[in-house]
Amino acid sequence: MKPAFSVILLTTLIGVGQGLFLALFTQQSYALFDLLPHQDARFYGWGSMLALVFTMAGLIASFLHLGRPERAWRAAAQWRTSWLSREVIVLPAFMGILFLYGIAHLSGFDPVLLTLPSGLNINATIMLGVVGTVLAFALFVSTGMIYACLRFLQEWNSPLTVVNFILLGGASGFTLATLYAASFAPSQAGFFGGWALIITLLGLLGRSASLWRNARLKPKSTTQTAVGIKHPRIVQKAQGAMGGSFNTREFFHGKSLSFVSRIKAGFLLFAFALPLLLLGTGLTYPSLPLLVIAFVSQYAGLLAERWYFFAEARHPQNLYYQGIS
Amino acid sequence: MTQLALVIDLNVCVGCHACVTSCKEWNTSGSAGPLCDENPYGADPTGTFFNRVQTFEVGQYPNTETVHFPKSCLHCEDPPCVPVCPTGASYKRKQDGIVLVDYDKCIGCKYCSWACPYGAREIDEKQQVMKKCTLCVDRIYDMTLQEIDRKPSCVKACPTSARLFGDVHDPESAVSKAIRDNAGYALMPEWGTHPANHYLPRRKTNLRIHEDELERVDNPLKVDGKLPKPKKTDPTLDDVTSW
Repeated sequence: MKPAFSVILLTTLIGVGQGLFLALFTQQSYALFDLLPHQDARFYGWGSMLALVFTMAGLIASFLHLGRPERAWRAAAQWRTSWLSREVIVLPAFMGILFLYGIAHLSGFDPVLLTLPSGLNINATIMLGVVGTVLAFALFVSTGMIYACLRFLQEWNSPLTVVNFILLGGASGFTLATLYAASFAPSQAGFFGGWALIITLLGLLGRSASLWRNARLKPKSTTQTAVGIKHPRIVQKAQGAMGGSFNTREFFHGKSLSFVSRIKAGFLLFAFALPLLLLGTGLTYPSLPLLVIAFVSQYAGLLAERWYFFAEARHPQNLYYQGIS
Repeated sequence: MTQLALVIDLNVCVGCHACVTSCKEWNTSGSAGPLCDENPYGADPTGTFFNRVQTFEVGQYPNTETVHFPKSCLHCEDPPCVPVCPTGASYKRKQDGIVLVDYDKCIGCKYCSWACPYGAREIDEKQQVMKKCTLCVDRIYDMTLQEIDRKPSCVKACPTSARLFGDVHDPESAVSKAIRDNAGYALMPEWGTHPANHYLPRRKTNLRIHEDELERVDNPLKVDGKLPKPKKTDPTLDDVTSW
């Protein structure tokens, strides 16, 4: 597949936003049970707004993907069958919760909605946070399933696709939360940093598993099944057009094998190895510049990871476009 | 339930591209707007087509065969492109099984083209909506045309009648008989899409001659010449004629 830059930006940006929100609410949940000190409301409020900025940027990037962006509202119609439609519904809903969660904290409007039998007060922000968490995961699943549900794109058609969207989005969001906390709530940087380290490590495991799986895939479709002729040697001599077509532009990345393998090495280094090193260092020697580098490196690495995710998928239609003459 | 489809006879197709040009001509002239081309007279002309003829060489020289392979939307019975469409612009008609795109609802997200293993869908780079073979839906139901003309444009154009059109769910239709009698097959059966369009394989006619057909078994001594004349009293095969 040809990597679509708008989709690469969309999936990585909203992943950061979702991860950052999940990180903030994780800390608030710990604080609810007095496991961690409750932070100033502005910490959660502006953090949620920062997540909103990232998801907003992702939403704008998604419009760049459309040929007819003015009709984008129609995309909410087929939520019964289409994961893309589900994503189109869940993303604005999640953004709405980010806004409400942020505003509730910033305005101080946080009434106690109910009191549990144990005497624990459940505030409005907690309820919003729970809804936001559900929506964040629903968004991860929708985004992942857009790719995982295409059964003949064998590289994508695996539960690992969804798992990796969750882990990689979570990792980048928690890394950003570490940077955010190091700037505005230094006492919590260790908490976020620890989780960022763990999720990045899990992300590395998940992505390595899918790399391992995809390297061993045997394509189900061959030229023989594509044209229905049972002969071991079939060579394409013409594809019906010599100046290229949508089929040659959309489904081939057009880069050399060495370029693709360099991208793979690059994302393993920048999305996983370097952030792991810097986050680990940051746990013992807190340093803001190192965390900035960790987040920027991880985000850039995830851009490369998403590029590779598209490039490694071999679409069966390419069997019909193997030669021009 | 009706399922209209094409049956393409690879044994007859000569790769003349008449179906391609005829399809393009009909579908670029209709009320749905043109099938846009870019750079048509430049070095790298490209454009939107519903139908393309590809050519494959099968085998190793000198035992090779050239197979011309027309390829268009297969109007799958279980089309993977339809459920993924977020807007409902892609749909499969209940009454005749044609898979269509509503150009007024399409947002050009290209997701359906990713979901088609055959590469049958092409985006119109100028109109930015997804396009594909309509089985000439604007032609086959047009009552102002004579009945013989109510067929897809490509079928009408084929000089060798390599393209058949009809209802593959009707066991008595010409297309169903052709599929049945000539081992018609579907493309990429491994994905369970159940394409409605079928292809008829290349066929070879071999004349099998046995030894005893080359050599007379009633002439064991291999002596040519007239057989001895039987007597008038000898029995004959039918008791009527003797000579």
